[in-house]
Amino acid sequence: MSKGSPISPSLMATKSAGAPKAPERADRTADTAVVVADLAAVSPVLGPNNVVPPTAMSGSQAIVRSLEELGVDDIFGLPGGAILPTYDPLMASSMNHVLVRHEQGAGHAAQGYAMVTGRVGVCIATSGPGATNLVTAIMDAHMDSVPMVAITGQVSSGVIGTDAFQEADIVGITMPITKHSFLVTDPNDIPHVMAEAFHLASTGRPGPVLVDVAKDAQVGQMTFSWPPRIDLPGYRPVTRGHNKQVREAAKLIAAAKKPVLYVGGGVVKAHASAELRELAEAMNAPVVTTLMAKGAFPDSHPQHMGMPGMHGTVSAVTALQQSDLLITLGARFDDRVTGVLKTFAPLAKVIHADIDPAEISKNRTADVPIVGSVKEIIPELTDAVKAQFAAVGTPELDHWWAFLNNLKDSYPLGWTEPEDGLTAPQRVIERIGALTGPEGIYVAGVGQHQMWAAQFIKYERPHAWLNSGGAGTMGYAVPAAMGAKVGEPDRVVWAIDGDGCFQMTNQELATCAINKIPIKVAVINNSSLGMVRQWQTLFYEGRYSNTDLNTGHDTIRIPDFVKLADAYGCASFRCERDEDIDATIQKALEINDRPVVIDFVVSPNSMVWPMVPAGVSNDQIQVARNLTPEWEEED
Amino acid sequence: MPRHTLSVLVEDKPGVLTRVASLFARRAFNINSLAVGPTEVPGMSRMTVVVDADGDLIEQVTKQLNKLVNVIKIVELTSESSVQRDHILVKVRADAATRLQVTQAADLFRASVVDVSTDAVVIEATGHPDKINALLSVLEPFGIREIVQSGTLAVGRGSRSMSDRALRSA
Repeated sequence: MSKGSPISPSLMATKSAGAPKAPERADRTADTAVVVADLAAVSPVLGPNNVVPPTAMSGSQAIVRSLEELGVDDIFGLPGGAILPTYDPLMASSMNHVLVRHEQGAGHAAQGYAMVTGRVGVCIATSGPGATNLVTAIMDAHMDSVPMVAITGQVSSGVIGTDAFQEADIVGITMPITKHSFLVTDPNDIPHVMAEAFHLASTGRPGPVLVDVAKDAQVGQMTFSWPPRIDLPGYRPVTRGHNKQVREAAKLIAAAKKPVLYVGGGVVKAHASAELRELAEAMNAPVVTTLMAKGAFPDSHPQHMGMPGMHGTVSAVTALQQSDLLITLGARFDDRVTGVLKTFAPLAKVIHADIDPAEISKNRTADVPIVGSVKEIIPELTDAVKAQFAAVGTPELDHWWAFLNNLKDSYPLGWTEPEDGLTAPQRVIERIGALTGPEGIYVAGVGQHQMWAAQFIKYERPHAWLNSGGAGTMGYAVPAAMGAKVGEPDRVVWAIDGDGCFQMTNQELATCAINKIPIKVAVINNSSLGMVRQWQTLFYEGRYSNTDLNTGHDTIRIPDFVKLADAYGCASFRCERDEDIDATIQKALEINDRPVVIDFVVSPNSMVWPMVPAGVSNDQIQVARNLTPEWEEED
Repeated sequence: MPRHTLSVLVEDKPGVLTRVASLFARRAFNINSLAVGPTEVPGMSRMTVVVDADGDLIEQVTKQLNKLVNVIKIVELTSESSVQRDHILVKVRADAATRLQVTQAADLFRASVVDVSTDAVVIEATGHPDKINALLSVLEPFGIREIVQSGTLAVGRGSRSMSDRALRSA
């Protein structure tokens, strides 16, 4: 670190030499969708790189034309004064603009679209309150590394800083929650800024990028040509893992007696599920997939131990706690996974592969750090592991598997029937998953229903499960499902929402109904802010302070979700009895010309189990209230 | 906590100082001093950031800074391998009776008197932070009226240039 050398070891350098790499142009389907930071591509400019000779046009025309050249098909937004000039040429564009009812909906829709397609989601809003309404979605995309470009109008450059009407410093406001942001005041900057924004959003660790365009830059004349030159000298994401580190990792793997593959959302983002499966099977090691990685490894695979963390399975949580080697792939040791950090997996060495060097050794020190895309690292690691096994022998994991399989058999996920005789919410969610199947897309809000949707739907493929993981944004489900349905119109898309979450963003049902985006919404209506209520039950002596929403049994039921959905032009049903669940879901599955909303009125007393209470070690996992597993002595 | 001096080469773009400063604030890193100015390369600025942090934290600081798109390169400069200087302007009480003592003290530190009035002088000094602190403690008994101090500036010893190596790899 002395003598003027870069502070990071070369193997961890973010800013290594080499031209920036960009993804290939994406196809419409998830299977062939863009691979983030694909090395095969040559141009960092997304899209087909059509050559457009210099053409005079307005800045707003340049915004629309840039989006077209970047290969954008769908945009979610809502106009207003400062973005009006851009909405005029948008009317003539072949791009599909979905007019939302609230800008937050545009942001989450862009997220949902990006999550299922792997392409950059695009949302547009006006200045001031329009832009600030995007803030929640931008933060959500930042926490969950979703490739998104948000375009906002800004007041004219001459009045920036004067507290003009609908002026907000949205670049300043979103600085901590964007991967990068631009303020454009010269229309000639528009093409390269747009190309740079899409490049930044989609490569390296994906994330939201904000492009704030002053009104005079939209109105002003400029000369448009394509492709523009991308000039980002400080941005050079590393995609290729360091060979030596990969070999080190293989040595640790060959020596480990209790390895676990700890798989995070990065594997989904990198489209590396097939590669992961090959590695897991070559190693014969147990796999845990975090909340963001559900579907990255098939739930039905015998090596799958489930989801780790606060509401993870006993087998997944214990596998991590007892492990002697974590092979961490695109995960970030989030506190909801680790519990009290210093007690997390205390005996394990850590291999940590991530495209973001700042995630490595941020929370847990890595013994073998590997910076790069898991899409490239995993196959290299598989080869290295096979070579190492051939050289020193395949490790004996029988004891480890015997221990884990016993846990998996002894503590399967399940639920107890509510004592009040009402429907168990878990049953509703389990039936939705069973009747829809693994080809469906499931989008959850935040809270109990989110955890049950993660637990009781069987995910067999990546990009089938969307939720607000890092941010925990109530209201994510309906607009994100809308965006997912626009991105994958041929798949059944379920928003599995709570009665609290649903009331935050359900106005997008109007958008769905009018634009023929037939999502299906299952409101898991326990008449309360269920997860908060669960904590009040467990940790606040059942004092239910401000968690009763009065939408369920024996309440005044305001709003009536069936009438509400009907008013929005949706098919709507109410289901209150176990025996009606399957038939109601079937009816919803048969309706494809409009959105469907089902008000599943369920027990308010069901709780999410297992649970690791906040502030304790994962070893304190409870399978039910005050009931911890009986740990067997393992040798 | 040990003190680290980071030299950060950045694009001279609007908001870059805010990006760096707010990163320190929101990640709860502690800036001891910060100095920014243009470099020999048009369009590039260089920040010298002095941070109090232990080993793991300085690693995290550097990685987070590297994630900022406008940050081109970061180098840690140790005190042995670099020249580090602070610049200070200090206004000291000095009337006819004490003026000579004050100016002599300034001379000892190779500081210069840049303004004189009937009851005060302004002394300008440049030097390693330790030297500046020593000067201030000598001047303190006379009565210090005002201190204006720059952040630490630092440059690596030898012929190497941070910016041309950074630009070659860019």
